Amino acid sequence: MEITVEINGTNHTHDVEPRTLLVHFIRDVAGLTGTNVGCDTSSCGACTIHVNGEAVKSCTMLAVQADGEQITTIEGLAGGDELHPMQQAFMNCHALQCGYCTPGMVMASVSLLDENPQPTEAEVREGLEGNLCRCTGYHNIVKAVLSAAGGNQ
Amino acid sequence: MIPVAFDYVRASSADEALGALSEHGDEAKLMAGGHSLLPMMKLRLAYPSVIVDIGRLSDLSYINDAGDHLAIGALTRHRDIEISDLVAEHAPLLAHATSHVGDPQVRHRGTIGGSLAHADAAADHPSALLALDGSVVARKADGSERVIAAGDLFAGFLESSLDPTEMITEVRIPKHTGLGWNFQKFNRRAQDWAIVGVSAQSTGDGARVALVNMHPTPVRATAVEEALAGGAGAVDAAAAAAEGMEPSSDLNATVDYRKHLARVLTRRALEGAGIT
Repeated sequence: MEITVEINGTNHTHDVEPRTLLVHFIRDVAGLTGTNVGCDTSSCGACTIHVNGEAVKSCTMLAVQADGEQITTIEGLAGGDELHPMQQAFMNCHALQCGYCTPGMVMASVSLLDENPQPTEAEVREGLEGNLCRCTGYHNIVKAVLSAAGGNQ
Repeated sequence: MIPVAFDYVRASSADEALGALSEHGDEAKLMAGGHSLLPMMKLRLAYPSVIVDIGRLSDLSYINDAGDHLAIGALTRHRDIEISDLVAEHAPLLAHATSHVGDPQVRHRGTIGGSLAHADAAADHPSALLALDGSVVARKADGSERVIAAGDLFAGFLESSLDPTEMITEVRIPKHTGLGWNFQKFNRRAQDWAIVGVSAQSTGDGARVALVNMHPTPVRATAVEEALAGGAGAVDAAAAAAEGMEPSSDLNATVDYRKHLARVLTRRALEGAGIT
């Protein structure tokens, strides 16, 4: 089935099997490998992207379900050489260790602040319940999100 | 993990979806948000040969005040229920239980109709539907509709009483404005299914209590409700929470531990709902 998915502002048209997962479309068809496959069971959140501006786990969506939709991946956040404020906050707060969960964490965090621009620390921790960091680097991740939210004021 | 190959039909209306179901029978499965079905297909626990995608039926995504009840379109996403002022006012138990489904990413895709049709005893929505004495509207290709009460919807393990050619179009939740309620969910990780959960809803002159993951199906704790109706207090009534239940034993909990959790969580839920 031929589908067209807009990823980071660019249309990608391709013939796919209906069982193709969106994350594989993003990585293998569009060639955008910033989105990681972690658990592949919608638990870890490493594959989090935005579908029409909202965080979604791309391992739990078929590419055909994204036909005609607008997708943003980690590659689409920065404006040229200028990092997105959330990326900058992750950098400033050293909110990553091995970095594997980072693309998903950043995408989930941006979506979180879109829905709740001034969250409490507890709300940040709850809001990131769908993302696992196996380095257990949560403390600095929460700090980064709060720091980015501070920039919203 | 990739599902077994299937034919894909994208429905642009409920009638089209129902037509596809009629054509393919139990070979076909409806996919709404896909957040229960797709994981099962990836694990090859489900392998429908036809997927009928109803995810774009935006006319079935709504939350309306229908007088004595709320009418919620089957395709309404968890996120939309979680933040709805109408649901918060008239069925706060549902709003709260919904906020515990999966995680934000899951709630952006998953739908109430899909969750109820999945009929998972470990899911949060069925217990809220039971405690709120809700119902669903099921439609067939010939346009006929029937209303299925929550108590008649769950037929077996991951099995609803829906006919393979029926789809849920609407969920109806009687208003419980201003009445006490409580939801308890015990799990190890925030995003997980409940090891045991409890929905408690005061009805003014009594209470409905429903349990999560305590039986092969979502289930009312009738022994608790009867004890309360007989004049028992929350502590004594909650002691009956595991009566008649046949919970499973798994990596997370033994049968005895689940029964213990049911009693403790039911007491907390009753007290939280102001039922003492």
